Amino acid sequence: MSEPLLSVEGLEKHFPVTKGLLQRQVAAVKAVDGISFDVVKGETLGLVGESGCGKTTTGRLITRLIEPTGGKILFEGNDITHMSQGRMRPLRRDVQMIFQDPYSSLNPRHTVGAIVGAPFRIQGIKTEHGTKKAVQDILELVGLNPEHYNRYPHEFSGGQRQRIGIARTLALKPKLIIADEPVSALDVSIQAQVVNLLEDLQGELDLTYLVIAHDLSVVRHISDRVAVMYLGKIVELADRKSLYESPMHPYTNALLSAVPIPDPKGRAQRERIRLQGDVPSPLNPPPACRFHTRCWKAQEICKTVEPPLETLATGHQVACHFPENAPTTPEPAVTTA
Amino acid sequence: MSFLELKDLRVHFPTDDGLVKSVDGLSFALERGKTLGIVGESGSGKSVTSLGILGLHKGGRAKLGGEIWLDGEELVGASAEHVRTLRGKKMAMIFQDPLSAMHPFYTVGSQIVEAYRIHNDVSKKVARKHAIDMLGRVGIPQPDRRVDSYPHEFSGGMRQRAMIAMALSCDPELLIADEPTTALDVTVQAQILDLMRDLQRDFNAALIIITHDLGVVAELADDILVMYGGKCIEYGTAEDIFERPEHPYTWGLLGSMPRLDRDRTERLLPIKGSPPSLINVPAGCAFHPRCTFEDRTGGKASTEVPQLVETEGGHLVRCHLPRDTRRSIWETEIKPSLEAS
Ligand SMILES: Nc1ncnc2c1ncn2[C@@H]1O[C@H](COP(=O)(O)OP(=O)(O)OP(=O)(O)O)[C@@H](O)[C@H]1O
Ligand SMILES: Nc1ncnc2c1ncn2[C@@H]1O[C@H](COP(=O)(O)OP(=O)(O)O)[C@@H](O)[C@H]1O
Ligand code: SF4
Ligand code: SF4
Ligand SMILES: [Mg+2]
Ligand SMILES: [Mg+2]
Repeated sequence: MSEPLLSVEGLEKHFPVTKGLLQRQVAAVKAVDGISFDVVKGETLGLVGESGCGKTTTGRLITRLIEPTGGKILFEGNDITHMSQGRMRPLRRDVQMIFQDPYSSLNPRHTVGAIVGAPFRIQGIKTEHGTKKAVQDILELVGLNPEHYNRYPHEFSGGQRQRIGIARTLALKPKLIIADEPVSALDVSIQAQVVNLLEDLQGELDLTYLVIAHDLSVVRHISDRVAVMYLGKIVELADRKSLYESPMHPYTNALLSAVPIPDPKGRAQRERIRLQGDVPSPLNPPPACRFHTRCWKAQEICKTVEPPLETLATGHQVACHFPENAPTTPEPAVTTA
Repeated sequence: MSFLELKDLRVHFPTDDGLVKSVDGLSFALERGKTLGIVGESGSGKSVTSLGILGLHKGGRAKLGGEIWLDGEELVGASAEHVRTLRGKKMAMIFQDPLSAMHPFYTVGSQIVEAYRIHNDVSKKVARKHAIDMLGRVGIPQPDRRVDSYPHEFSGGMRQRAMIAMALSCDPELLIADEPTTALDVTVQAQILDLMRDLQRDFNAALIIITHDLGVVAELADDILVMYGGKCIEYGTAEDIFERPEHPYTWGLLGSMPRLDRDRTERLLPIKGSPPSLINVPAGCAFHPRCTFEDRTGGKASTEVPQLVETEGGHLVRCHLPRDTRRSIWETEIKPSLEAS
């Protein structure tokens, strides 16, 4: 494996919960609670999990939109965890974020040209044939009509607005793009357009992606490797094929089993794992293995000893005392799907 | 006559920008004990259809036309007053957002009690016992305690269960669920879908499930109606729609969707363009600006609205392409392209 572009080590974000006039801290929401992973240049790492498990917070930490309460973030080997805003500036070009909601993430009073051109102005970048030409080139690249330069966001459909959002992130030729639910607000036919666009751009511009999403089918389609989060922790991380074909963590198994399958013929025979209840609150997560309150394999040890994230097969990390599909002998190298 | 029959239902909204034809000539029939799935992208008219059946457009700006027959009674022409008496008892609805259907200041139990007592002449005590019963049936733990909780004290999944309990409390014969799981996490969605499947079997209601998610309809529906631009463009059994679809839009939906139950394909096959505005529905076939096969219909696609015609055994398709052409395109072009190479 080549050098990681991004490395996250023990990253942590505890949001304080305060009370009363003095804003005394009475508790903490452990939104992200010690996660570690690498993103290798040119790959797509998918981050999946249910609502509130800390996916967005992870993205916001890496882009330094919020300050971590613990752990380290390395970009191209440099520790950027607490880098000052001034020193972060060149880095802001390298790491860009695409947001879920194409409606609220674009300023309605600015033209498409102004929105996509803003990064050039903010960063004070001169382009060879002027900003307008540069912006129009990017619009073309994302499949928008360059003549729409002077139009406003409300004149575009949801899918087109997401293209504008993507165009904006591309302006500065970033190295890493963090896409937080880039297609979940879109209709299915439009989702597919945007997924294909992201794939094409990755090839053309040599991009590296961290894609955050809750849709397991979309994540399988676009990711090379996938990390599964539950209540602020990564519980499993593996290449796409291993994760989807032989998931080891009970939670991953349950997630995959819950996805509705568009095959009416097979529905009667399908074996399903059904979890009880909802995800517990991150304000007060269950001790030791956080999944033990919903896990059908839970034993006494799961309630007292936290299972560490361990490598059980090549490139396949799992945090569970009783993993499924675990190899009994050390495995030969796992190839990517 | 079927338990529920829509005949040429039209729901139009006059607006400053023009007439919005949200539902434009929709017909279908549904029996008790059966589930109909209605699928389509946003703005295709799914919610307007369901609100139309429940009579919730009455008194608003909507112009309704056509007929809705429920258990032998016509509802489009019926008074708003009369339709109101049918809601709850005869027909009920589950919404995407449970908070919009529940009052924040009353306990979950008291809202079920009230709904139940509108249609049943029983004491508060009996109604409360019924409410606890219903909460238990939809899988709320410790229902005798949770009955006194307020909606905001429930998690998303529990609120959805509570709303289902409320909708089912009067044992409705027709239940319409509009995107009932769209706001839920996938593990909770699976629980709610199981619950709806079980309840429908126990209550023998007619169920309409409205969603944009083809996976959800495939899990629940006996029959499926695909909507585009306010019209039905394909209708058939779940197997007709997934095994032998004949409409280019349905093909497009299938190609757009990554599937976990198959090997991963290299590329998704999206539909070009975006869904139409219902003020300016394209002339002729509403789908023609996005259709890959438009040029195979000899220019008719942009001038003539195709009729919904039967292709075989109740499977209906609205497309100018001849039946044999559609079938051969599906078999030789579309189906192979959906499989991993
Ligand atoms: N500013 C904040 N203050 C306090 N708690 C927060 C804050 N931001 C997020 N949280 C909490 O942290 C947890 C993780 O939130 P996050 O937004 O990362 O979830 P997510 O995985 O992106 O979920 P979703 O799928 O719903 O987008 C949640 O419990 C959330 O309520
Ligand atoms: N009260 C209204 N006034 C005008 N247009 C409406 C109204 N309600 C819905 N519409 C329009 O009707 C169309 C169908 O809406 P809807 O049934 O909600 O779509 P969906 O299929 O996403 O549920 C949309 O174009 C919507 O904007
Ligand atoms: S550690 Fe125990 S409770 Fe946690 S996932 Fe594994 S078996 Fe289940
Ligand atoms: S009528 Fe023509 S344009 Fe419409 S769906 Fe059929 S082939 Fe496509
Ligand atoms: Mg999020
Ligand atoms: Mg709707």
